[in-house]
Amino acid sequence: MTLFLNLVFRNRLAAMGAVVITAILLLALLTPILPMHDPDVTATADRFKRPFSDGHILGTDHLGRDLLSRLLHGTRLSLAVGIAAALIAAATGATIGIVAGYFGGRIDNVIMRVVDMLMAFPYILLALAIVAALGPGLMNALIAVAAVNVPFFARNIRGITVGLAGREFIEAATLAGMGHTKIILTELLPNVLPVIVIAMSTTVGWMILETAGLSFLGLGSQPPQADLGSMLGEARSAMISHPHTSVVPGIMIFLIVMSINLLGDGVRDALDPRLRSGALSRPRATTLVDRKGPLPAPTNDLLSIRDLETQFHVGARTYKAVGGVSLAVKPGECLGVIGESGSGKSVTALSVMGLVASPPGVITSGAVYFQGEDLIGAAYETLRKKRGDRVAYIFQDPLSTLHPLYRVGHQLAEAIQSHQKVPNHKARARAIQLLKDVRIPNADSRIDDYPHEMSGGMRQRVGIAMALANDPDVIIADEPTTALDVTVQAQILSLLNDLRRDRGLAIIFITHDFGVIAQLCDRVAVMYAGRIVEEGPTQAVLDAPAHPYTKHLIACVPELGQGRRVLATIPGLPPMVDDLPLGCAFAPRCYKAQDKCREREIQLLGTKPRAVRCLFPEEPV
Amino acid sequence: MGSYILKRLASAIPVLLGITIIVFLIMSLIPGDPATAILGSYATPENVEKLNRDLGLDKPMVQRYFIWLGNMLTGDFGRSFSLNRPVLDEIVERFNATLVLAGTSFLLCAVLGILAGVFSAARQYGWTDKAITFVVLIGISVPSFFLGMMMILVFAVNLRWLPVSGMYAIYGGGDLPDLINHLIMPALALAAVATGVIARLSRSAMLEVLRQDYIRTARAKGVPERRVIMGHALRAAMVSIIPILGIQAGFVLSGAVYIEIVFQWPGVGRMLVDAILKRDLLLVQGGVVFVAACYVLFNIAVDVAQSLLDPRIKT
Repeated sequence: MTLFLNLVFRNRLAAMGAVVITAILLLALLTPILPMHDPDVTATADRFKRPFSDGHILGTDHLGRDLLSRLLHGTRLSLAVGIAAALIAAATGATIGIVAGYFGGRIDNVIMRVVDMLMAFPYILLALAIVAALGPGLMNALIAVAAVNVPFFARNIRGITVGLAGREFIEAATLAGMGHTKIILTELLPNVLPVIVIAMSTTVGWMILETAGLSFLGLGSQPPQADLGSMLGEARSAMISHPHTSVVPGIMIFLIVMSINLLGDGVRDALDPRLRSGALSRPRATTLVDRKGPLPAPTNDLLSIRDLETQFHVGARTYKAVGGVSLAVKPGECLGVIGESGSGKSVTALSVMGLVASPPGVITSGAVYFQGEDLIGAAYETLRKKRGDRVAYIFQDPLSTLHPLYRVGHQLAEAIQSHQKVPNHKARARAIQLLKDVRIPNADSRIDDYPHEMSGGMRQRVGIAMALANDPDVIIADEPTTALDVTVQAQILSLLNDLRRDRGLAIIFITHDFGVIAQLCDRVAVMYAGRIVEEGPTQAVLDAPAHPYTKHLIACVPELGQGRRVLATIPGLPPMVDDLPLGCAFAPRCYKAQDKCREREIQLLGTKPRAVRCLFPEEPV
Repeated sequence: MGSYILKRLASAIPVLLGITIIVFLIMSLIPGDPATAILGSYATPENVEKLNRDLGLDKPMVQRYFIWLGNMLTGDFGRSFSLNRPVLDEIVERFNATLVLAGTSFLLCAVLGILAGVFSAARQYGWTDKAITFVVLIGISVPSFFLGMMMILVFAVNLRWLPVSGMYAIYGGGDLPDLINHLIMPALALAAVATGVIARLSRSAMLEVLRQDYIRTARAKGVPERRVIMGHALRAAMVSIIPILGIQAGFVLSGAVYIEIVFQWPGVGRMLVDAILKRDLLLVQGGVVFVAACYVLFNIAVDVAQSLLDPRIKT
């Protein structure tokens, strides 16, 4: 609770709203004992006195009544009516909702049908109908506003109750022989109450406004009694000659509604945990770059990543997702990058084209050279022209990575037309050819499918086709087969392998599966906690892993026909990258670890093409 | 698609019936004898009895409902005693004026709200975003009737840019420019709150969508950022924005009641308020049913629009 309040008040606007509404509430409560004019005493001689005239701070109205006094009494009345309406609506709606949700079945069905029908009305029509039947008057306006809001509460509370009614503690209470009433009162209500209170706090401002509105129309409070709405309504006829009588109550309504809105927003934000982590931040078009120090020198590879460091800045914490990674590929070469989830392999891949979500991602050091040109520091347009054209991506889960509302043909054509001036029909023809290239049957008709109409394997082929659209030089495949079953996975791998041979593509293949690496990759780099711990030709690494971690990873791959072997696992979990230990990050899980491993930074050493980051490697390299 | 529309229309029938039942039940809440309530306590017994017969109040309730429903289905909404003309004629005439006002407002709030939300999201935490958020906060907190009054004060009375009230100038007006001139202020005042709400929800819908993987895919294939935002992201965000538009249309229609009073707009809202104050219950009853029915049909149109936008909805 304290945490919750802290969260609410850390939001400066919400705190401001709280202060304003508290002040107004205090004033309204104190109104009867404040030394003021009687709000209903008329003095026609003193009509329409301007604000700050003697004796009347806010002036007087069309009957010479003190405006300040009327304002405070009106506020009191408006608040009371609004809050009363909210309480009645909440109590009635919650009762209906609990009954519907708890008993379910037919009762639920009938009640919810009626609720739906009530919600089919624009709210004011219902309120007007009720006032029309009962006759104008403040009490009837209150009833109307409360009644109009009942369906909202009923529906919300029913939803919560349905969720709770199936839970164990309710079943336990039923088995213990408790009656329905007792279960509802002692078991359900305490759990539903917070929701009712929150729903009320977000609607009370609205109900104050609605009752004021009905009074404004002359259907609520009747003279001489006046709430803020009827004050405004009465002042309207004199608005042009004496605007202050309208402005004063209008601003008061505005202040009340705004402060309640601000506070309500604060409450809502504090309750939504996503906002706390900053996850609702919009990723920019390119990753933020904040590099210090000199750039590493370019190499003559096609694509080379040099000493790349990418971090996530969340609040005061810094997660070093990638801590100085260097990789390179040549044309026609396939480099595998392997590691557990959270090892930084995907972030490394996304950093290449500035696709790491930022905020919170920041590239803090290093460079990525494509044909000798640094991409990290490149301007947005330079980068965009290379994205998908020279360096293309294939992502993991094709259901979430393809746009759900565009036909696949459109998405393919768009990939082409983002880089080449091609008329639509040619782009479409090319898209069909691409689908054929990735061996999608009936490409001519499949092109008009939406992603949800395809199978997982088909969608992944579309993802690959999209990456091939502009005949790129490099493809970065980020776990493209993880979401697929084994046979489809094998097909996709052989497809990629063929494309690499036919087109001379360089592939960076990211995976957590050594089996996949063995099938496809010429070389492999093993990542752990944001760094490369071992690299070398695939076969050499598989035959004689040097780093204990690599050895474990290979041992984790189950082999067919050797069923009696115990399936290996690595004890412990990868470290959190916001608090890396000094020295070897794998030391806490390593059976060989000694004090020396934890003393200082360990270099990636070895004779080319192999290297390992370990003081006590399994094999000398 | 055609069959989907028919299906949705068919599903509206029970809702429409429900609406008539609810209105009928509410109207039977009238305390005491309705005829006395309408005619006032000084009415002669003969008049009361005559009105009771005219209103069919001497029959049992269920029978009364079906007579009323049957009459409405044949276009007979009864006769307004305060205006001395058929209720339906009056409603249709007034509803046209309301449609002009509320329709313009709805278009305004949809376009302005979505654009503001998109810009706000695209420049999150930038000064555009902050400025829009601030204006939106004010917009959703000002009661529309107060906003309307202040607009009259500033733009009609002080600056004399626009006419104070009404739908057409009394002398010489009546053409389209005249109508637009009269429409600007009430339409803006009516649109303010809904624009704010739509802007807010569009902003969060956009922020939600912009974090999705398919946006990263679009960027990875080199789609220009403007297209990413206005195409890929907005298209996906519309799926959650369109239902909001449907709900906000109801609020615009509701707010029209206040704005019609403030700006003396000859619409159905003002007609209803006048009818309530004059206790012309047949007019109220007919007006509420008519407008609610139109709103139900509008929401079907919203559902159809949604199904056109989102191919995942089974049609």
